[in-house]
Amino acid sequence: MVVDTEVQAPPPVPRRRRRRRQLTRRDKIVATLFVGIPLLLDLAFVWFPALASVFLSFTKWTGVGSLHLKACGKPPLPGLPQPGCMYGVQNYNIAFTNYPDFWPAVRHNLIWLIVFMVIAAPLGMLFAVLIDRGLRGGRVYQSVLFLPVMLSLALIGIIWELIYSNNYGLINTIIGHNKNNNLIDWLGDPSLNLWAILVEAVWRQSGYVMVLYLAGLKAVDPALREAAKIDGANEWQTFWRVTFPTLKPINIVILVVTVIESLRAFDLVYITGKGNPVKGLELLSVEVTQNIVGETQRIGFGSTLGVVLLVISLVPITIFLVQTFRRDEEER
Amino acid sequence: MVDQSVPGVASPSRRTILKSLAGLAGIAAVPGALAACSSSGGNSSNTSGAAGGSSSAGAASGTISFGSNYSDPQPKDAFAALTQSATASTKVKVNINTVDHNTFQNNISAYLQGTPDDLATWFAGYRLQFFAAQGLLDPIDDVWDKIGGNFNDATKSLSKGADGKYYLVPIYNYPWVVFYNKSTFSKNGYDIPQNWDQFIALAKQMQKDGLVPLAFAEKDGWPALGTFDIINLRVNGYDYHIKLMQHKIPWTDKGVTDVFDHWREVMPYLQNGANGRLWQDAAKTLENKQAGMMFQGSNQVAANYAASNLADLDFFPYPEINSAYGQDYMDAPTDGFMMPKKGKNKDAAKAILEYIGTGDAESTFLKTDHWDVGVAQGLVAPSYNAIQKKSTEAISQCKSVSQFMDRDTVPDMATAMIKLIQGFIDDPSASSVQSLQKSAEKQAKTIFG
Repeated sequence: MVVDTEVQAPPPVPRRRRRRRQLTRRDKIVATLFVGIPLLLDLAFVWFPALASVFLSFTKWTGVGSLHLKACGKPPLPGLPQPGCMYGVQNYNIAFTNYPDFWPAVRHNLIWLIVFMVIAAPLGMLFAVLIDRGLRGGRVYQSVLFLPVMLSLALIGIIWELIYSNNYGLINTIIGHNKNNNLIDWLGDPSLNLWAILVEAVWRQSGYVMVLYLAGLKAVDPALREAAKIDGANEWQTFWRVTFPTLKPINIVILVVTVIESLRAFDLVYITGKGNPVKGLELLSVEVTQNIVGETQRIGFGSTLGVVLLVISLVPITIFLVQTFRRDEEER
Repeated sequence: MVDQSVPGVASPSRRTILKSLAGLAGIAAVPGALAACSSSGGNSSNTSGAAGGSSSAGAASGTISFGSNYSDPQPKDAFAALTQSATASTKVKVNINTVDHNTFQNNISAYLQGTPDDLATWFAGYRLQFFAAQGLLDPIDDVWDKIGGNFNDATKSLSKGADGKYYLVPIYNYPWVVFYNKSTFSKNGYDIPQNWDQFIALAKQMQKDGLVPLAFAEKDGWPALGTFDIINLRVNGYDYHIKLMQHKIPWTDKGVTDVFDHWREVMPYLQNGANGRLWQDAAKTLENKQAGMMFQGSNQVAANYAASNLADLDFFPYPEINSAYGQDYMDAPTDGFMMPKKGKNKDAAKAILEYIGTGDAESTFLKTDHWDVGVAQGLVAPSYNAIQKKSTEAISQCKSVSQFMDRDTVPDMATAMIKLIQGFIDDPSASSVQSLQKSAEKQAKTIFG
């Protein structure tokens, strides 16, 4: 019942027809099928789990036995779980006021988002622009920078573990901080580990952004740039005044990708902690998993965290959809 | 989650027929078998019925699947040896289904509710009762009727659920003690510390001699819980510890502050950067003689030692802190085997459990396991090395043994404490202890509420 954070934007709404045409019976059947099947799939695999999670977030349930619609009473023995019961808003109360990981998780998700926006995206753009200018060996750079994107995040986590490991890792060995009295605990120190993980994440994300921008830059009409050059614009001006505005569709894609990637950040942290909780690496997605998948499944509480993540995800999705619809409206 | 319901609908009739055939053949369908029959719902119980019908003395046979979390190579070998000899003795074939240790634990709820194996590895104590109380395990009192004589009362009570019924057949336990290399101690002229002051003085001396006094790791989450346990047992005693684990004493109690105060005293001598280190790496520092001591279970330290270095390894019980409790207690976690309610081939599974609950079976297991000790009464397996002989002695000298924090309390609470203790390791200040205790109590209230 984990809320799917990768909520797909629905396909663009078909333009309203200006003239009504008569639809034959067959057309109607075909249309119903074409709309109905995706709608059913959407309901079954997106809306049902999402709403079920919202419902579960008001319950206390370990997933064992059935769920009752009665309010929770005292457990039979302290600490032993009782059958699923209705818990009201207690889970939210616990999350906001009691659960020590909640606010750090929200903060870390935000830091993740900001770092992706401020560092990963501009870095990717820089790489793309440099390579697009026909740098010597550009192909090589392109492959090297794109390589991390082709690796799974789980693998990236393991690669960087070898680099960060405190007694045997590359960095500590090179800078001579691998002895017990001076070592730097990159992945364990709660004030360092998030940033260490973000380096891994940016390492991959900037390559991803680069590829998207490269595709976008290839599509920019070279005549525009030439015209700007003839008009006496320098490189800097050409890029920001001419090329960048024509990249608007790509920019929106990058923005959406950045938001999605930072909200669903999970794999690197999960691999680094080997599935165990790690202080300093709290993320909402990780907390959801830890509560729902752990030895005692706190399904109700985990769903609560999932709903919070859903609400947060709805903000950028709504903004994106409103923008898209408005653009459609304008174009019409 | 319950994907067995469909075959379950069709099978009762078929199974009833098989059972009645078995009854006609003169093989009494014992109540246990009937109970097993009504509670299980799957395909292989059919084969069990059929196979049972063909065997002569009503002994269970057939094949069972055995879910195992013995995923490290050495325990895996020991476990394979155990099941082979179980098969030889009971004629029940065993298919082992090995899952990574941590993954197994994390998925246990879903595993027991889905399609679990007929038997599975698990832990004694509260961690057993927690799942037994939810009706996920079958009681095995009839097995214990036969094997009960092999175990002492402490082991018996560890194998029971909160309802007083048996749910586990134990196989071994192991002590949490302070390990050291004999060569390091003799070379530097160190003495075994008997009390806290000597312990701190020794740690100080080791630091001077360029050693890491105590190898330490906490990346796995659970190892540092052991340090809390032992200091609590030494400072406040066993009863206090168990009451705290069951939240009959609040976490804000002064006794808990005392525990952390002692921990703060020893903290400068613990290996730095523990939150980012796996215990295997910490054990390696001890094995490489870069560290002087390490407090952890023999199941980890001794198991991780190369065979050639094992002769140099020795241990002593954690030194006395409060003379009222001396060195009377320790964590000695017991591992064993349970029967998931949704397992299928109950009769054959019980036959295997009956075999495992004997000293012979434990000796077989311990032939390739050189770090755990059997729990059958008076067992001294012929293959025991010095560490194992000493372990048996150390455990038997204890007035009571606790299991481990993640086995003595609700799993949620253990998880909460892991995070809090990681925070404490990062910032071992008095104020951080205060907020730790407050947060622990707040969380305990919702977990036990």
